[in-house]
Amino acid sequence: MDLFEYQARDLFAAHGVPVLRGGVATTPEQASEIAADLGGTVVIKAQVKVGGRGKAGGVKLADGPDDAKAKATAILGMDIKGHTVHRVLVAEASDIAEEYYFSFLLDRSNRTFLAMASREGGVEIEQIAVEKPDALARIPIDPIVGVDLAKAREIAVAASYPEEILDQAAVAIVALWDVFTAEDATLVEVNPLVKTPDGVVLALDGKVTLDDNAAFRQPGHADLVDAEATDPLEARAKEANLNYVKLDGEVGIIGNGAGLVMSTLDVVSYAGEAMGVRPANFLDIGGGASADVMAASLTIVLSDPSVRSVFVNVFGGITACDAVANGIVAAFGKLRDAGEQITAPLVVRLDGNRAAEGRAILAAATLPGVEQNDTMDGAAKRAAELAAAAK
Amino acid sequence: MAIFLDRNSRVVVQGMTGSEGSKHTRRMLAAGTTVVGGTNPKKAGTSVDFDGVSLPVFAGIADAMAATGANVVVSFVPPPAAKVGMLEAIDSGIALAVVITEGIPVHDTTAAWAYTTSRGNVTRIIGPNCPGIASPGQSNAGIIPADITKPGRIGLVSKSGTLTYQMMFELRDIGFSTCVGIGGDPVVGTTHIDCLRAFQDDPDTDAIVMIGEIGGDAEERAAAFIESYVTKPVVGYVAGFTAPEGKTMGHAGAIVSGSSGTAAAKKEALEKVGVQVGKTPSETARLMRELMTSR
Repeated sequence: MDLFEYQARDLFAAHGVPVLRGGVATTPEQASEIAADLGGTVVIKAQVKVGGRGKAGGVKLADGPDDAKAKATAILGMDIKGHTVHRVLVAEASDIAEEYYFSFLLDRSNRTFLAMASREGGVEIEQIAVEKPDALARIPIDPIVGVDLAKAREIAVAASYPEEILDQAAVAIVALWDVFTAEDATLVEVNPLVKTPDGVVLALDGKVTLDDNAAFRQPGHADLVDAEATDPLEARAKEANLNYVKLDGEVGIIGNGAGLVMSTLDVVSYAGEAMGVRPANFLDIGGGASADVMAASLTIVLSDPSVRSVFVNVFGGITACDAVANGIVAAFGKLRDAGEQITAPLVVRLDGNRAAEGRAILAAATLPGVEQNDTMDGAAKRAAELAAAAK
Repeated sequence: MAIFLDRNSRVVVQGMTGSEGSKHTRRMLAAGTTVVGGTNPKKAGTSVDFDGVSLPVFAGIADAMAATGANVVVSFVPPPAAKVGMLEAIDSGIALAVVITEGIPVHDTTAAWAYTTSRGNVTRIIGPNCPGIASPGQSNAGIIPADITKPGRIGLVSKSGTLTYQMMFELRDIGFSTCVGIGGDPVVGTTHIDCLRAFQDDPDTDAIVMIGEIGGDAEERAAAFIESYVTKPVVGYVAGFTAPEGKTMGHAGAIVSGSSGTAAAKKEALEKVGVQVGKTPSETARLMRELMTSR
């Protein structure tokens, strides 16, 4: 989960990273109140999970509460690269003498953590990496040893941070390591880390990505989810413990196993290319295929108004195909009893463990709008045809 | 022969008394795996009956190794305790630890990896978030369905469980030496490269199927390794060509960030070093079939 800047800033503050005073506002009035509390010049920053907001006009200075209200009015509701601004961060304005870059992240390739730091800050890290690779220090961090003041100082020196801020930077880096570990983050980035004209080090903007797998020991993280941006169907699927991602096509997809479902999206995309249809969603039912799971899956996939056909792609491994077929039959019964309509035709492909038995069960049930196809490629083509015909 | 797991493998199940652990212990036994016991510190000294086979429960892996000669541990420990389970396996010095558990925080896996590295990588870790490893006709450690394929001379390494099963099934008449599901997490103990090296060195493997998916650069690194080390034919498949950027597709590691981690980049890297890459799983199986039958 990627956080908004204000959420990252809150985590920074909670772990002792130096940040400027401020608060988040969802209305111009709130922005004005926060500006009044802070006093002096403030900066109003659009909260969107996308880069380039400054250029888009999403960051403005305000010289008092009235101006803050006016600037917030202009920024709230703005569209920045397809992201609507629902919140602004109102913070003390800071004069900047120098800007630096700093991050901790998961280094997948080397299976360890990495600190990246540079004296060149304020621009995108990708740009620093390309234009001035020598100016970007990359220091591997042993997850068992962690980062103490000495290690933090070593990183700051490697980044060529100026001598006079090394002590302050080291303290900030240790605090950022605390954010990274205590919050189960996979990315903690400060860009820019700044030195003010009077020599104070501050984290002026931050990006944090949290590990969803750690939710069981991070109860506070549930509050950080951006409910407005979560697709309502994705939220419903999550409640039903289904792994669902909404996409923008017409062929609903239900399958077992993340890899197989990803592969199903590809095969349907290829098959539908010439017909102008695409997958409508990713839905992994995981290991089991009970009637409950199948019924919930069908309900969610069919709730998407763009869905014109559904491809149920199951490879029987541990869950044998006869169990899956029985699950589909029972799911239709459950949906019928609940008064729900099956609004699109289904193409079912069952293969693998006990495939013949599963196909026979499904054939005997003669469910309305359900047809079978024995291969993944063939079924994908058929599902695309049905969607194209109903479009 | 086979890689990492063979008829001499003696399996102890960490978390055997739990629901997943007991279900899959029964399946492993049915597949002919030599399962010698399980661990649960609270139930040490008891035993569990699996359709007439009584398996002892030990306090820990080291005890099980001393008493039974176990050399493989398969772990079904739930995420909150999984790190401790991995560290115990590493401390025991057991040769192979297969971690099935899905949903382990990446900080825990990264710490376990650092720990096993600091101890000289005595224990090979497969997973986490993986279906395990099967050498058909010899041994099956994990949750891979044993009865969908047969022994043969193809080696298979895959990030995805179901795609592994589908490939095993489609090529069941030709058969496999070993199938390894390395898992879909961002950090895993055994990589594509580890498996490619072992298959290249295995005299009973003639050709290799490699299944990848979006996210990270493991496939690109595997391609570079193939160029420098692998002379046996390799057929590849990459899932997730049409995945949208920034969305996690089921597996924690399956996410495209910007231009890195895309399926297209992975396919290109593999084809550049002579790997035939199938457009669909079935086409991939067909490519391997042609290769094996034209020999």
